[in-house]
Amino acid sequence: MIFAFWILAVVAVLAAIMVVTNRNPVASVLFLVLTFFSLAGLFVTLHAHFLAAIQVLVYAGAIMVLFLFVVMLLNLATDQWFDVASRPFLVLAGLLGAGFVALLVVGGLPGYAPAAQGPGASLPPDLLGSTEAIGSALYTAYYLPFLVTALLLLVAMVGAVVLARRER
Amino acid sequence: MVPAGHYLVLSAILFAIGVVGVLTRKNAIIVFMSIEIMLNAANLTFVTFASAMGDLGGQVAVLLVIAVAAAEAAVGLAIIVAMFRHRETVNVESFNVMHG
Repeated sequence: MIFAFWILAVVAVLAAIMVVTNRNPVASVLFLVLTFFSLAGLFVTLHAHFLAAIQVLVYAGAIMVLFLFVVMLLNLATDQWFDVASRPFLVLAGLLGAGFVALLVVGGLPGYAPAAQGPGASLPPDLLGSTEAIGSALYTAYYLPFLVTALLLLVAMVGAVVLARRER
Repeated sequence: MVPAGHYLVLSAILFAIGVVGVLTRKNAIIVFMSIEIMLNAANLTFVTFASAMGDLGGQVAVLLVIAVAAAEAAVGLAIIVAMFRHRETVNVESFNVMHG
């Protein structure tokens, strides 16, 4: 498990760095897909099997196809590819990001382990993230946010159609 | 068993990479992808706490975040395409139609 964690973590971080630093937007999208796949693998190591499947289907499948489609549809000129901000700003952003992570590591976060006290703490870990458990939670304890999500998706669909429509 | 803190630090690293991307890139699509990285970092934190504490609420929250991210990507990319039609660029610095 530790072996899988380290491999997936390194792949996720390197791919995420490539997303942010790559000149070519198409390559960025493909590295983002790699990040999402390794995150799905990390979900599996946390026994969240259903979420891992959803991560691959929805994120790596649907959302990234949308991104790839838009990148290729816009067909940007190559001089727009390398578009980072001015160098001092770049250095400042990198330092802030590295400082934030260093602060967490110095603060002792890597060894942190919260006490298992939730309602499912006594269950075997494989059962907690199963499709059955998530489904029954969605339709009982969390039915209201689930319904609001359906409404949100409807609004987003209508909004996207209205925005993409050509004015005449 | 990997301690929960390892996952939390990984999530913080991914979030920081996303923040750096939003701050330094000017291509609106790349900025959008950086936001997706940050959303995923938050998802990883949710799943970590859900499995470490034995509470399913975190996994349900991730499901809702994924739905929100899908909606956000659809609307945001539609806005980018609409702006591209007006300006012939996706540089965020040229997206200033809301200036007073």
